[in-house]
Parts: sequence; C-alpha cells; structure tokens
Amino acid sequence: MGSVFYVISAFSVGGALAAVLLKNLVHAALALTIAFFGLALLFLRLDAQFAGFAQILVYVGAVAILVVFAILLTKGSEVPKEGVFSKSWLVGLAIAAGVFAALAWAVMQAAPSLPNEAAVPAITVNDIGNALMSRYVLPLEIIAVLLTAALLGAVIVAMHEKERSRQG
Amino acid sequence: MTPLAAYLIVAALIFAIGLAGALTRRNAIMVLIGIELMLNAANLNLIAFWRYGPHPELLTGMMFAIFSIAVAAAEAAVGLGLVISIYRHAKTADVEQMNRMKG
Repeated sequence: MGSVFYVISAFSVGGALAAVLLKNLVHAALALTIAFFGLALLFLRLDAQFAGFAQILVYVGAVAILVVFAILLTKGSEVPKEGVFSKSWLVGLAIAAGVFAALAWAVMQAAPSLPNEAAVPAITVNDIGNALMSRYVLPLEIIAVLLTAALLGAVIVAMHEKERSRQG
Repeated sequence: MTPLAAYLIVAALIFAIGLAGALTRRNAIMVLIGIELMLNAANLNLIAFWRYGPHPELLTGMMFAIFSIAVAAAEAAVGLGLVISIYRHAKTADVEQMNRMKG
C-alpha cells in the first residue's frame, strides 16, 4: 500500500467525520462534498475510472447541490439552541462503535487475500457500455423507470399543497 | 495488511461514521447525509471486491456499484423532497419534534 492510499483515505475519513460533527449545516455539506471527492479518488485508485467519474458527476455534482438547496429551503444553516445532537446520542455512538468493531474484527479475522492483487484489470468504458447494453440491459431499463418515478415523486411530494390545505 | 483489507477497513470506518451521524444528529438533512455516507462506504466495498476478485472482466461488482449510485441519487432526491415537505408542514426539520402521526 502506497502513501497515496493513506493520504486519500485520511482525506475521505476526515471529510466524513467533519460532515457528521460540524454544527453549521452548510459547513457539513461542504465537508460531505470533500468526503465524496475522496471516495471518488479511492475508486480511481482501484482502477475503476468509470465509477470514479460517475461518483464525481452524481455525488459532487448533483447530490451535494440538492443537499445545499434543502438546507437553504429549510433554514437549516441556523444552529439550534438545544444543540445539534439528539438526547440519546450516547446510544447512537455506542451502536456505531459496536458496528465498526464487528466489521473490523471480521475483516482482520478473515485476512482477505484474493488472487488478483498484482494484475490491473484491463477494462475500458467501451466494455462497460457493451455490458450495459447486452447482459445488464434489463436492470438499466428498470433504473431508468425508477429514476423517472423518483424525480416525479420528489416534485409531487415537495410541491406546495395550497388547495388541499384550504379544503382541510 | 493486504490491500483489500485496507480498503475494507476504510469502508467500515466511513460506514460507522455515517451510522453515528444518522443516529445522533437532530436535523433530518443530517440523517440523510449519514445515510449517503453509508451507501458510499458500501460502494467502496463493491469496487474493492471487483478490483481484487478473480474475474474483474465480468464487471459484476462494477455494475452493482454503478446501479447503486443511481439508486442512491433517486433516494437523495425523494428524501430531500420529503424533508422540505415536512418542514413546510411542521415548521421544523428536527426529527425529535416529529412525534405525531396525525397531520
């Protein structure tokens, strides 16, 4: 493992920690973008160029902007008086620490070593396109329907309900 | 530590951070941010297993990760729409004050 891996990992984990801990939600969204970007760099380091650039386009480009819009529309940038953590934060922290301990123990116990550590997979975007259009064409179409339904649903859910509130 | 184990540990760390954020923060948007971090950690696992697995040319893990990214984008759009809708209705995004099922 090179030092590049450690630098990128520290970058992503630090971004994720800052996103969870920062009090101001706009700062948290910025830290979240940093974590997404670090994860995209990790994807690139794993020779998954397409997934890395898709990560940058979808998460850094779209999801981060959506989060910032939601924060501004709900006045979330104001820090509440009663604090940003819930009353039962200790329980949540204990559950998260337990989950991490179990996962890390399992990884260390198994000491996974798969055969393909030296050879770099020779996969081009062309191969991914061919696979998407042949073997994975049904999931691709289902994802297209899902995305359309989700975006329509999001607009309908967030739409202002003037008439119904007047009746009810 | 093998390279695969190192990536799995990083993914487990990011997953635990996301879980802690989703469980301890009051604001509904921060709960969604924690869920996004957990989904990303799962994607990192998928890509790492694809890279170090025996048959990367079959693209199974890669396809799983790409579809997972698309589903996560849909989830983020619907989740944030729900948060905005609840904020309009209850004038708060604090999940501890959302304790009524009646509208």
